[in-house]
Amino acid sequence: MPQTGETLSPLAVIGDAAKRQLFSLQDYSLLAMSSVANIFTPPYYWSDVIEQMDFIGIGSLPIVLIIGFFIGAVLLLQTASQFERFGGTALTGDAVALALVRELGPTITAIVIAGRNASGMASELGSMIVTEQVDAMRALGTDPIRKLVTPRVVATTLVLPLLVAVADFVGLIGGFVVAHFTLRLGAVQFWTRAIDALAPGDIVQGMVKPLIFGFVIATIGCHQGLRVKGGTQGVGRATTSAVVLSSVTVIVLDAFLSRILLYAFHT
Amino acid sequence: MQLPPRPAPVTDVNTMVPGEPLIAFDDVHIGFDEKEVLSGISFEVWPGETKILLGESGSGKTLLMKMAAGLLEADAGRIWVMGHDIGGMSEEELLDFRRHLGFVFQEGALFDSMTVAENVAFRLREENVAEAEIDGHVREALRFVEMEDTLEKYPAELSGGMRRRVSIARALVDRPPLVFYDSPTAGLDPVTSQTIITLILRGRDLQGVTSLMATHRVQDAFGLSSFSFDRASGRVIRSDGNGKQTAGTEAQQKGGPVTNVLVLRGGKIYFEGPAEKLLHSSDDYLKMFMASAE
Repeated sequence: MPQTGETLSPLAVIGDAAKRQLFSLQDYSLLAMSSVANIFTPPYYWSDVIEQMDFIGIGSLPIVLIIGFFIGAVLLLQTASQFERFGGTALTGDAVALALVRELGPTITAIVIAGRNASGMASELGSMIVTEQVDAMRALGTDPIRKLVTPRVVATTLVLPLLVAVADFVGLIGGFVVAHFTLRLGAVQFWTRAIDALAPGDIVQGMVKPLIFGFVIATIGCHQGLRVKGGTQGVGRATTSAVVLSSVTVIVLDAFLSRILLYAFHT
Repeated sequence: MQLPPRPAPVTDVNTMVPGEPLIAFDDVHIGFDEKEVLSGISFEVWPGETKILLGESGSGKTLLMKMAAGLLEADAGRIWVMGHDIGGMSEEELLDFRRHLGFVFQEGALFDSMTVAENVAFRLREENVAEAEIDGHVREALRFVEMEDTLEKYPAELSGGMRRRVSIARALVDRPPLVFYDSPTAGLDPVTSQTIITLILRGRDLQGVTSLMATHRVQDAFGLSSFSFDRASGRVIRSDGNGKQTAGTEAQQKGGPVTNVLVLRGGKIYFEGPAEKLLHSSDDYLKMFMASAE
């Protein structure tokens, strides 16, 4: 380690930063692997999983309903303004259904859940680190990853596809409401086109993405919480990092997943 | 939901070797950011003994306790606890091993999302003890620390001293043979501190607990070495100055006092011996510690 007063070369600074990021990635990978491995060996904390599913799923439902409805409504308004130019307003149902199910439903819901729950996980676990509750758990013979991380990861991974399904459905309702009042489209016309536009591959795409997003959001939230240093200020930093990192990762992953899934389903 | 039974512990307290210390440090080193905090630490704690770690803030007392409990790994040296070389154990083995230890953290470290009863019952639930039995054990442990009326309260509703008492109840609930107390009186008023010391005395003299206690208060060291808890009268009584009221302990059989003090300074052991010897020391640094007790 350089002594105080010694100037560091820019290369050394970059090298140190890269090393830190690499160690952090290694920590994250180990935590993610442990959280999965714990699912297959006892003890199991099913009551904690159910408690987390309730908190993440039911707790996020109102916000997902509101956002889903208005995303569908806005999507229809935007597509309708384009389709109206060549008299194809009947196609708005197709566009809204495809955009929602394939892309916006999973991504927007994941970002909402990242904002609400990755931050919650980071601050809760971070506070437990600061107040030595995690060490107390270890001292009592309980694995904190098994007790705290695995239930959150399992719950988020299972609940996010369900929330996405809800968001997709209310998004289509939002689209239909706007289509009915602005384009005078009938229910049969809208819903028939919206449903017919969706191939099984679209539904699979829409459900595979949230499974992966849920896992990423929970593991990033827990990882940021468990590596807190520096008291309450550290908890604040971890909370912010958890939201930023998980949201950015969702968007980046979405691009890669879309390419892979589009290729897999030849759509 | 019924949890499946936990796997049997890989460690067994019965593997403790008679005539061997319960804790043994051999040339242990630990540091952070390339700065050594503790270097060349070697000492032993015998069954029945209460070892008090005295030192200024930042002298490494908590580090030493956490290493002994396997919560931190030493950079060099070996640590044996209850016959196990804990440096060679995996985290999974250590988790099972720690089920035989009690640890009282500096601020209590109670789980703030759980009630007092749930906190004390935590380890028992992890062990899949029947719910009907858990209630009895929890009440008994809370009665021991005179906190039975706080069963349904949350830690946030308790004072600092009450939280420490609940933490002691949580550590002692399944009667571990070895308990670590990390500065249990830090930041407490003198009366509450005395209550905590009395509880540690009761644990030592009524339950035969071997303990390692970190503190920066020399009064705690003298309290533990000069007094003992009399089972017959249920009161704290003055002992012979070395806590020898505790009968039949291995530490005593070896001819040594049951309460010993270990002073840490500059990352090394500066003094080790009975509190009486510390009291009559002519060393300037130790005298300074004595002065703080007056």
